[in-house]
Order: sequence, then structure tokens, then C-alpha cells
Amino acid sequence: MSGASDVIIVGGGLMGSSAALFLRGHGLSVTLLETDLIGRQASGTNFGNVRRQGRPIHQLPLANRAIAIWRQSRELLGADVEYLQSGHIRVCYRERPELVGSMEEYAANARAEGLELELLSGNALRDQFPFFGPDVLAGSYSATDGHANPRLAAPAFARAAARLGAVIHENTKIVDAQKVGEDFIVTAADGRTFRAPILLITAGAWGNALSSQFGEPVPIVPKGPNMSVTEPVPYSILPAVGVMTPLEEETVYFRQVARGNIVLGGSTRGPSFPDQYRAYVEPQNTLSQLKHIRRLAPQLGKLNIIRVWSGIEGYMPDSQPVMGPSATTSGLYYAFGFSGSGFQIGPGVGETMAEIIAKGATDIPIQPYRIERFATPS
Amino acid sequence: MSRFVRLGETDRPIITVHVDGKPVDALEGDTLMVALLSSGSMLRQSEFGPEKRAGFCLMGACQDCWVWTESGDRLRACSTLAASGQQIVTSQPGASWSNHA
Amino acid sequence: MVEPRIIIVGAGPAGTRAAEACVQAGIRPIVLDEGRRDGGQIYRRQPDNFTRPYAKLYGSEAGRAQALHETFDGLKGKIDYRPETLVWNIAGGQVWTASQTYQDALPYDALLLCTGATDRLMPVKGWQFAGSYSLGGAQVALKSQAVSIGHKVVFMGSGPLLYLVASQYVEAGAHVVAVLDTAPYSARIKALPDLLAVPSVLWNGVALTMKLKRAGVAVYNGIKPMEINGNAAEGVSGIRFRTGAGVEQQVACDAVAMGHHLRPETQLADLARCAFVFDPVTRQWLPERDGDGRSSVAGIYLAGDGAKILGARSAEASGRLGALAALADLGLPVDKGEMASLRGDVGTYAKFARGLAKAFPWPSEQASQLPDDALLCRCEGVTAGDLRAVMRETGAQEANRAKAFSRVGMGRCQGRYCGLAAAELIAAEADIPVEQVGRLRAQAPVKPLTIAIGDDQ
Ligand SMILES: Cc1cc2nc3c(=O)[nH]c(=O)nc-3n(C[C@H](O)[C@H](O)[C@H](O)COP(=O)(O)OP(=O)(O)OC[C@H]3O[C@@H](n4cnc5c(N)ncnc54)[C@H](O)[C@@H]3O)c2cc1C
Ligand SMILES: Cc1cc2nc3c(=O)[nH]c(=O)nc-3n(C[C@H](O)[C@H](O)[C@H](O)COP(=O)(O)OP(=O)(O)OC[C@H]3O[C@@H](n4cnc5c(N)ncnc54)[C@H](O)[C@@H]3O)c2cc1C
Ligand code: FES
Repeated sequence: MSGASDVIIVGGGLMGSSAALFLRGHGLSVTLLETDLIGRQASGTNFGNVRRQGRPIHQLPLANRAIAIWRQSRELLGADVEYLQSGHIRVCYRERPELVGSMEEYAANARAEGLELELLSGNALRDQFPFFGPDVLAGSYSATDGHANPRLAAPAFARAAARLGAVIHENTKIVDAQKVGEDFIVTAADGRTFRAPILLITAGAWGNALSSQFGEPVPIVPKGPNMSVTEPVPYSILPAVGVMTPLEEETVYFRQVARGNIVLGGSTRGPSFPDQYRAYVEPQNTLSQLKHIRRLAPQLGKLNIIRVWSGIEGYMPDSQPVMGPSATTSGLYYAFGFSGSGFQIGPGVGETMAEIIAKGATDIPIQPYRIERFATPS
Repeated sequence: MSRFVRLGETDRPIITVHVDGKPVDALEGDTLMVALLSSGSMLRQSEFGPEKRAGFCLMGACQDCWVWTESGDRLRACSTLAASGQQIVTSQPGASWSNHA
Repeated sequence: MVEPRIIIVGAGPAGTRAAEACVQAGIRPIVLDEGRRDGGQIYRRQPDNFTRPYAKLYGSEAGRAQALHETFDGLKGKIDYRPETLVWNIAGGQVWTASQTYQDALPYDALLLCTGATDRLMPVKGWQFAGSYSLGGAQVALKSQAVSIGHKVVFMGSGPLLYLVASQYVEAGAHVVAVLDTAPYSARIKALPDLLAVPSVLWNGVALTMKLKRAGVAVYNGIKPMEINGNAAEGVSGIRFRTGAGVEQQVACDAVAMGHHLRPETQLADLARCAFVFDPVTRQWLPERDGDGRSSVAGIYLAGDGAKILGARSAEASGRLGALAALADLGLPVDKGEMASLRGDVGTYAKFARGLAKAFPWPSEQASQLPDDALLCRCEGVTAGDLRAVMRETGAQEANRAKAFSRVGMGRCQGRYCGLAAAELIAAEADIPVEQVGRLRAQAPVKPLTIAIGDDQ
């Protein structure tokens, strides 16, 4: 037996790392196990949008909890994760005027959850944000959303957790998990075992391999969203920007970091290979991303991209994560499958899971994320 | 004061390039880099340090030599030929798409 | 039978000889090169309206240069040559190209990567100042533009190119102040047995050193660079170094050409998912290949300095050999005897290259000795101290991890100029072998790609 603790967390992305930190806050001893290095998968490769707008209304309480953590991340983590609360704009194009109605409806519902959105016409938008192209019909502006640096975030949470006593094992791939009596015993590929009465699975796109071991398979699909980044240019684009559209190919977004590089993301997602821990950017997806970026912000066409990348994200059929207790096994908890939008809520997920584990309940609505929704009736 | 020194091939036709608004003589067949550094000593301002830069590899690998046209297009000076009438600027133009929020 | 589609990336010595072999076999290959003209690095061609004769441009290699250029000129019409065309990615069995905003994706049955090399750099404090150039860059200035990089030039680093370019500068009438070689003279003596594999090239090296000394150029061996003096506004003003005997010295100059031999341009092989192995002699990760140039990926062949630094003559041989291997794999008749003899040639050059690596060793220890305030990554302005601090704070010991946290290697050059030194610094700080630090994974595009790509198509 390599170690025993109150809680074992399998998966050291943002979910696992932040859960470890907050569990330590509740005084529970924590062992965090990670196949690779902390925060190198989805949590370290994502676009970095810290946006609440556009999330389902039922998710806003969780997102609000998360934003409070992002705002005090520097003090909490003792590290700068480059969180900038510089706004977020969601726009739609002329050929989809019906989306303006959806934006208005969303804004009204979001206000009830404490998220203020300002609707702007295309001209008002272009006036304030001259980078928008003529195809942009209208937009919804959230002044209190923003972005952060994904490469830094999860590792900073993990370091903070370690300072508070969490035990972290990197290069530790869990291949077997079982409940034996009152305890879970998890076994790493190299034979080491770890024991704890509580097990939290935060294994991202790999979550199904572990939930299946407890009779709870889920139809998770791994995919690789495409990212690109430009050379540094004078810092002048404050908000993160994204397109609202039903077409995956048109869904592009960008943000500028304070050093000047503009990060571009979206369009058709590529394949990913969870077994090899690799996701590849297909060149045609880069080209289509750039094409749609030109439409959104034509003047960016003068810039160059200097690097592209992707990461492995687990998508659920209803785009909602699996989050909450297991339906088959007491002491077992899940938080994975964040379907392309787990970065912003990540710290809120960690805090909420810690609360559920330590206190047995939370005020945050997590009903939509129950794993039972995928159970096949027997 | 020039940075580069011409060592031959000097009886080529003269062309004029504008650099930061001032006319600069160059020779046909010069790269933009040679045109600029045969009459001046710098290509651009580093983004992250106080120093001026004047390229490094001359073979399109280091990307240290990008300059701009007046209309905001980017040119890699070591691999772009100088041409009569070019309007080059050596400091990155402020973004024309700057927002006012 | 449908003619097989063969694509050759690079029109240097390796690519030219590969194309020639294809044409001889009755195939019309596509030859892609981002340069305006063929010739590659060593046999780089000057612009059309320049008039210097071959002897002046290429010295002792004039005959080879001319022969190669004539071969290439003779191939025109028989190959689909696309100059000024960057290969920015290889994926899905296609070669992705960009020429200004024009983009294309070309499928292939066989792909020969003949991408050549760039300088291998060891950072020196102050190397960000204007007037610091790579050694290869200094040569390009002279060869293709007939200019010197400065009024008073110092050559610093090590490797055969150091002496070659310095003497080419002297010959062209430039003012060369000094050659500062980090390799001790004793290393060259030790390397003699391997260097004797190609006596004619060895002789060139000795003759060059003599020539420099005769021209009054101060030549120092076994030096340790300390700092490139200068300031932000005016650039380089001199160099401070320690002589082999340990005495600190300064030389005044307004330009420095620096480099430690070369590193292969392996990004495309990496993007094509070729396997890499660590080469302990050069302390670099190189794409794996068999004796004929086959990579680990079926249909992809590696030749010339882009696979391993073996020099121009070897590039011609390995380019031809790689093409013959590709033709044989495609089921075309090839002369097996010729392949065997080419393999022998490449082996001889490999021995010589091993000698060069010993004679002019990569001073890996200098990376760990960089002062904290020395810039390590010129693109992102990251200092050696920044990287050390990141390592202390985060425990990062792997190349890509350190890049993610510190930005070293994350800039426009994609780590071409800082990556090898950063790995050495990490290895020394962490007290682990450099191969354990790993290598920076290549990321497309291999050079900046305009967002306007494909706009008008
Ligand atoms: C390219 C990209 C762009 C994105 N953009 C955004 C965005 O802008 N905004 C946003 O909100 N979200 C975005 N997302 C989604 C977001 O990144 C993810 O939802 C979030 O990071 C998920 O965190 P996680 O901790 O669940 O998963 P991960 O970060 O993937 O962490 C899971 C960890 O579990 C480990 N693991 C798996 N199996 C095992 C095992 N058996 N044993 C031990 N360890 C194991 C893995 O190695 C991994 O480190 C994006 C995702 C990607 C890939
Ligand atoms: C600056 C420099 C100077 C050198 N000088 C000498 C010398 O004087 N004497 C000597 O013996 N050796 C010299 N060398 C070593 C030299 O690399 C080899 O001797 C020889 O040129 C190798 O031939 P090659 O065909 O392998 O590559 P190269 O001659 O380098 O040709 C590679 C070609 O591939 C093209 N290419 C690379 N990547 C791409 C891409 N992604 N898309 C499109 N095209 C691409 C390049 O534009 C280039 O034309 C020099 C090397 C360098 C870098
Ligand atoms: S000087 Fe290196 S790319 Fe131009």
C-alpha cells in the first residue's frame, strides 16, 4: 500500500487540482493522482475563456461561484494566473437575425442570476470595438467576464493544494479502481496502490474508463478543439470575443493577452487520441478557423499565426458534465466530461465537490449533471 | 550611420524606398533588410525589452526582422525584396482596431 | 501505371539530387522551396542582377556549386518547381503549402524532406543587441547580398563555418577584428582520426586558419564568451571574453557573428509524426532513419542536413540515395549497386561529421553558466534567471513543461535559437541528463502563417 488518505482524487486537471485545494480547506487529507503532469491536458491547452455568458442558466450559480474564486486567485494561489476581467462579447451574424431574440431572452434570464449583459447593435459594437466586421449584426456584452492563462491555472491550484498538505503523485496512471469493504483501492499502472474511503474521479475525457469500473459507463466522446496564436501586437483588444451560431464551423473566438498575442480558437474540432494523450490539429481546420476569424474581425487578416495546438476534451451528448455522487457506489464522486466549457467553472467545480464531500450537500444546483441520466434501464 | 557595409555589386540601379517617411536609396536586388541597414542601423523595436533589433539569421528562420508597411501589412525584411515606392515603418503601427472600452 | 506522386521539400544540394534521380527514373516530382531561388544554404544563389563569378562566391566549392546549379537549371521543365512556397504543415498524407495568401494541399506517394539546417546558438549575455547575427546569417549577407554585417566584425562560437565565413569576409574586403573559438585547439587534434575521413575538406579547414592569421585577424582558441557589450539604442559595441589561459579581454566591434555549427530543421519530420532518437554526439534529437533515409513513417524519406548535419557533399549523396530508396519502394527499378556505393559515401561523411563534433564541441556547460540577467529567449525576452525561477517554483524539468510555464521557446522562432541551450540549462539545474529534458515538440506552422491565407481562393 503506497498511501492512505481521506480522499483520493484521480485526475490532476483544473477540477482535480482545485478540488484538492478546497478539500484541504475542509481539513480532509487528500491524495491527487495524475497520469501525466498536473494540468497538461484540457486544463492546460484550452482557450482560456473565463466566461459565464452563454452557459445554461442553471449553470450560472456554479459559474458565479467560480468567478468569485478567479477574482481572488492571486491571493488564494499565491501566483498570477493572468486572470483579466476585461469583458466578453458574444455576437451573431446578419444571416441569423433570430439569434438577437435568443440573446435578449438569455440576457433577461441571466440578470435574474446576477449576470448583467448589455445588448448592442452591430453599429454600436463596431463603434466601441472597431475590430468587428460588417457581417456582425448584434452582440451581447458582459463586462464582468474575462480570460486567464490555462497553462498556469491548474498547476497553480495544485501547488497551493500541496502547500496545504495535499499529496500529489504525477506520472501515476490509475488502471484499476475498486471498493473493498469501506475503502476504495486504486492501483497505478506500475502496481502502486492507494486507499481511501472517498474517491473523486476528475479524469476529464478519460472519465468513462473509471466510471465503467463501477457499472456506470457514459457516452463520452473525446475531441480536440483547435487553437492558434498570433505574434505579439500592441495590446488593444480587451474583451474575449465569440460567435453565437448553430454551426460548429462558424464557432470561432479570440482574445488578446496583455503581452500582445491574440489567441484564436474554434471552428471544426479535430480528432483526439486519449490513449496516446495526443490531439492533432488538422490543417484544414486551421484554415477554416482563420477564414471565419477574418469574417468576424477582418483586420486580423493582416496578422500571422505562429503556433497552433489542440487538447483532449470529453464531450457529453447533452454538453453537460457528469458531476455529483455515483448512483451505484457510496463514497464515489464524479466531475468530468465538461464538454468544451469547463475552464471558467473549474474552480467552482472544485469548491462545490469539496463541499459535497465534506458536508454532504451544496446549494449549487447539480441536478442536470447526475450520472444516472445515462443509466440504461435494466 | 549604417550597420551593413557594401562590399561589391554596387553598380546596380538605384531605387528609393521610404522608411518612416524619409526617402532612402537602395539598390535593385537588395532585400528590405539590406536596404534599411545600409542607410540606418535598426529595423524595429523589441516588444519585450528596451532594445532595438536588426534581425539575426537572415534566412527567414528567427522572425526578428519583421517591419510594417504604412497600411499595416507585415513584411519579413530579410526575405522580401526592396521595391521602389515602398512605404516602410519601423515601429509597429498601433492597432487600427483598438477598442475604446 | 499512374505516375507516382513524389514531393521534395527543399531545393538545396539534397533536394536537387533527389529531384534529378526522380527525373532520371521518368518521374516529374514537385519541388517546393520557400526561397526565391534554388541552391539551398551553401550554394545559395545571388539575385539575378548580381555579377560575382562562382569562384568569388563559393571559393573552393565553386565547381560543386556550379554543377549543382546547372543540374537544377537542367531539371526545369521536367519538375514541378514551386519557389517561394512554404511547407507549413504535413498531415493527413498531404503537404500543406503557403505562398503569400495562396494555399494548397498536395497528396504524395513519397515525400522527401530535404529541409537543411539553421545555426545552432549558445546565448551570450547581450546577444539581443542589434549587430548580433547568426554565423549563417553573416554568410547569407555576403553571399546573397554582398554586404558585411558590420564595420568591425567579430566571429564567435565554434565549428567549421566559423573559420570559413570569417575568411570569406576577409577575402571580400570586410574588416574582421577577431575569431573567438570556444573550442580548444586540443580538441581538434583529438578529432584528427575522424577528420581524416575526408582529407580534402580537412585541408580546407587548416588552410582557412592560416589565411586568417596571415590577414592579421586575431584568432583565439578555447575562449569563454562573457558578454556582448552594447546598449539598447545603438546595439553592439564590443565583446568581453576570457581567453583559453583565463585572462579577461575585450574587443571593440559593431557586429558579432555567432554560432556553434548547425542544427537540422526537423519540424516537418516531427509534424509528419516521424520517430526521433537522441544523438549523444551532438546532444540533439534527430529523426530516426535507416541507412537509405527511410523515416519511421512509410513513404517519408529524410535527406541532407535536415536529418543530420553531415555537410553539403553528404547532402548530395543522401538526397540521391533517399530518392532511389523511394523509387525502389514504389516498385521502380533502381541500381542497387549505386545505392550501396552512396550508402558508403554517406558513411564516410558521417565519420567526418563525428570528427567535426569532437573538434568543435558544443559548449553545453555555457548554458548553465549564463548569468541570471542574460536573455535566453530572444523572441519572448525571457532571461536565464526567469527560467531558473520557474524551475524553482514549479519543479518543471521537461522541455515542453518549462516552455509552458516560462515561455522559453514559445516565440516566433519556435525555439530554433534558444531551445537547445534551454534544454542544457534545465539539465544542468536539475542535474539530469539532457535527453531526459526531452525536446520541444514541433508545432505548425513551421514559420509564421498569415491569417489571410486562402482569402482570395
Ligand atoms: C483546446 C480546448 C479549448 C477549450 N476552451 C475552453 C474555454 O475557452 N473555456 C472553457 O471554459 N473551457 C474550455 N475548454 C474545456 C476545458 O478546458 C475543460 O472542460 C476543462 O479543462 C476540464 O478540466 P478537467 O480537469 O476535467 O480535465 P483535464 O484537464 O483533461 O484533466 C483530467 C486529467 O485526468 C488525468 N487522468 C485521466 N485518466 C487518468 C487516470 N486513469 N489516472 C490518473 N490520471 C488520469 C489526465 O491526465 C488529465 O490530466 C477547452 C478545452 C480544450 C481541449
Ligand atoms: C547559413 C548556412 C550556411 C552554410 N554554409 C556552408 C558552407 O559554406 N559550407 C558548407 O560545407 N556547409 C555550409 N552549410 C551547411 C549546409 O547546410 C549544408 O552543407 C548543405 O547546404 C545542406 O544541404 P541540404 O540540401 O541538406 O539543405 P539546404 O541547402 O539548407 O537546403 C534546404 C532547403 O530547404 C528549404 N526549406 C526548408 N524548410 C522548408 C519548408 N518548410 N518549406 C519550404 N522550403 C523549405 C530551404 O529554403 C532550403 O532551400 C551552411 C548551412 C547554413 C544554415
Ligand atoms: S533575420 Fe531572421 S527571419 Fe529575417
